[in-house]
Amino acid sequence: MPRLLRALTIATVLGFAATLYLGLFAAGTDIQQGAVQRIFYIHMPAFFGAFTAFGLSLFGGIMVLAGKSADWDKLALAGVEVGLAFALINLLTGAIWARPIWNTWWTWDPRLTSAAIMCLTYAAYLMLRAGFDDTERRRTFMSVYSILGFVTVLITLFIIRIVPETIHPVIVGASPQNAQGSFEATSGVMLALAPSLLLWLTLMPITLMWHRYRLEDRLESLNRAKLKALSE
Amino acid sequence: MIDERAIIEVERLSKVFGLLPALQNLDFTVARGEFVLLLGANGSGKSTLLRLLSGLSKPTAGAIRIGGWEMPREAMAIRPHIGLVAHRPLLYENLTARENLSFFGKLYGIEANECDARSQALLQQVGLSRRADSLARAFSRGMKQRLSIARALLHQPDILLLDEPYSGLDQAAAEALDGALATARREARTIILSTHQLQRLPQNAQRALILSRGKVAYDGVARAGEMTAIYQAASA
Amino acid sequence: MKTSYVAAVLAIAGKDLRVELRSRELLSLMLIFALLSILVFSFALELDRVAREEAVSGVLWVTLIFASLLGLNRSLAQEYDQGNLDALLLAPLSRTAIFIGKFAGNALFTGLVALLLLPLMTALYGKNMLDPRLVLTTLVGIAGFCALGTLMATLTVKTRAREALLPVAMMPLALPFLLTAVRATKGILTNATEWQAWFQLLAGVALIYLVLCLLLFRFVVEE
Repeated sequence: MPRLLRALTIATVLGFAATLYLGLFAAGTDIQQGAVQRIFYIHMPAFFGAFTAFGLSLFGGIMVLAGKSADWDKLALAGVEVGLAFALINLLTGAIWARPIWNTWWTWDPRLTSAAIMCLTYAAYLMLRAGFDDTERRRTFMSVYSILGFVTVLITLFIIRIVPETIHPVIVGASPQNAQGSFEATSGVMLALAPSLLLWLTLMPITLMWHRYRLEDRLESLNRAKLKALSE
Repeated sequence: MIDERAIIEVERLSKVFGLLPALQNLDFTVARGEFVLLLGANGSGKSTLLRLLSGLSKPTAGAIRIGGWEMPREAMAIRPHIGLVAHRPLLYENLTARENLSFFGKLYGIEANECDARSQALLQQVGLSRRADSLARAFSRGMKQRLSIARALLHQPDILLLDEPYSGLDQAAAEALDGALATARREARTIILSTHQLQRLPQNAQRALILSRGKVAYDGVARAGEMTAIYQAASA
Repeated sequence: MKTSYVAAVLAIAGKDLRVELRSRELLSLMLIFALLSILVFSFALELDRVAREEAVSGVLWVTLIFASLLGLNRSLAQEYDQGNLDALLLAPLSRTAIFIGKFAGNALFTGLVALLLLPLMTALYGKNMLDPRLVLTTLVGIAGFCALGTLMATLTVKTRAREALLPVAMMPLALPFLLTAVRATKGILTNATEWQAWFQLLAGVALIYLVLCLLLFRFVVEE
């Protein structure tokens, strides 16, 4: 393992432990919502972690199409897998929070719907990827798909600014009128949120994606060796 | 217009599909007006080379210059000068022979009256003038191939590339093809024709290029009657 | 001797139109499918009048999307099976002209199906589906969907399982259209002001996809 990756891994694990402590213990309990509000310190950062990972897969897709090395395709794949995992954490934590606050696990609110569409889109990426034998064609197809798929990420990010009928609260900035379960971004909240957000935006996706990239790299050299052994 | 002597220059050309190399380090030039036979077994890279020369696929490494233009980069300048007869006919089944030609004429920016006149002459040449208004789907393989030759010549390309044009042709179609090739020779067009059938080689080719496993195995004079021996020596 | 852009687009779309007028394969297939789909939905929802009225916009869009998928597959298969796409690529044309030409043909056929569907649904479902706002929404949605579809079908047509792969590849990417178009349609039918927000979102998504597909097409056809 490269030394930098080892350092990143240690930093990520320590950072995660620290932000968990900040969110679960150091931050004050919300008066109205109680302890369940603490899930927010993971819920929102997870979305932005997914944003970083999907963004990197978009970048990987662009680089493949720009005729750069085929290695970028592995980055795109790593981005999609890590991003999808984060997006699912985001949905799951959201559902757990919504149960006591909105009195339901799930509602077809525009924001929730678009987040679900985003997850489906990237889940389909993995399914489609498995359906190709021709690696060159697969690379083109998946790159195009990862670029188009990013539109769903942007929609999820901006939908509440365009369609105001959502009940999903916005913590940083003005909440929509009919938002339910909003709370104030006091300095205490921000103190626990900011480090967590930073961690999920940068260290978490990058470290995980790097590991995933290395794994894919090994699989590929294994396949190459197999092909070589078979042809001899 | 293209007027250099070496109309096609290929330098260290390689094409890799995934992990499989299809062409490795090809180096050759083709002079203007030359008629080159491209020989080789199935899978030796003939079609890949013709697709690269016609700009339908991009080289993994190396350079192709046609008339001084760099192939993938300046393809737009080269395209009007290339005509391709591929293995598949590249025709619309639900259009008539004449409509097919007039459609491709529009794509090459040929003025409508001019295009009609050329189509008429070409259909005559390949022996399809009586079937000009029937749908291409009703054509036999040989007739489609003849129409395909007319399509490739419609924009009067300087370079004519033919990929296995003799396969599946009946006698009449093969003769029409020979006729078209002879005319193209008279009009000083450069021709590259690929085939794996050594028993059916066109008569007036000057040069043969034999590919074996993606490499040039022979590059020299095409002597009628001796090609089989040369071919076997080269691919051994 | 570079061919003019507009001439190339018109030639390609015109060719599709001519082939279609002759064989009527695609349009009749799409129309019959659309009619069947409408009928199936209206039988399935017949017992409950309220449910049926609620479902109108969903019925419209699901029908249009699947009808258009049928057309897209055929349209690109026709280019690919005889190698015609290669012939288009050999011509001195901008790759975007080829995309727009194919896209225009596909959008035209789906648009025609929609224009026949709207009066029919007006009769069957007792809603005014001929509201100009609704016609506009329908056409914008179709334009975006067909842009995406033309690109994706160009990709899937080269694979073995193309008939199955196209819907699987298309549906997730098309969900933003389905969602916004259905909401906008519903808004128009119930005279709610929120249709505008959804319509804007639909138009935005359609525009983004159109531009992206236009830019990406070159990479899809070149090997």
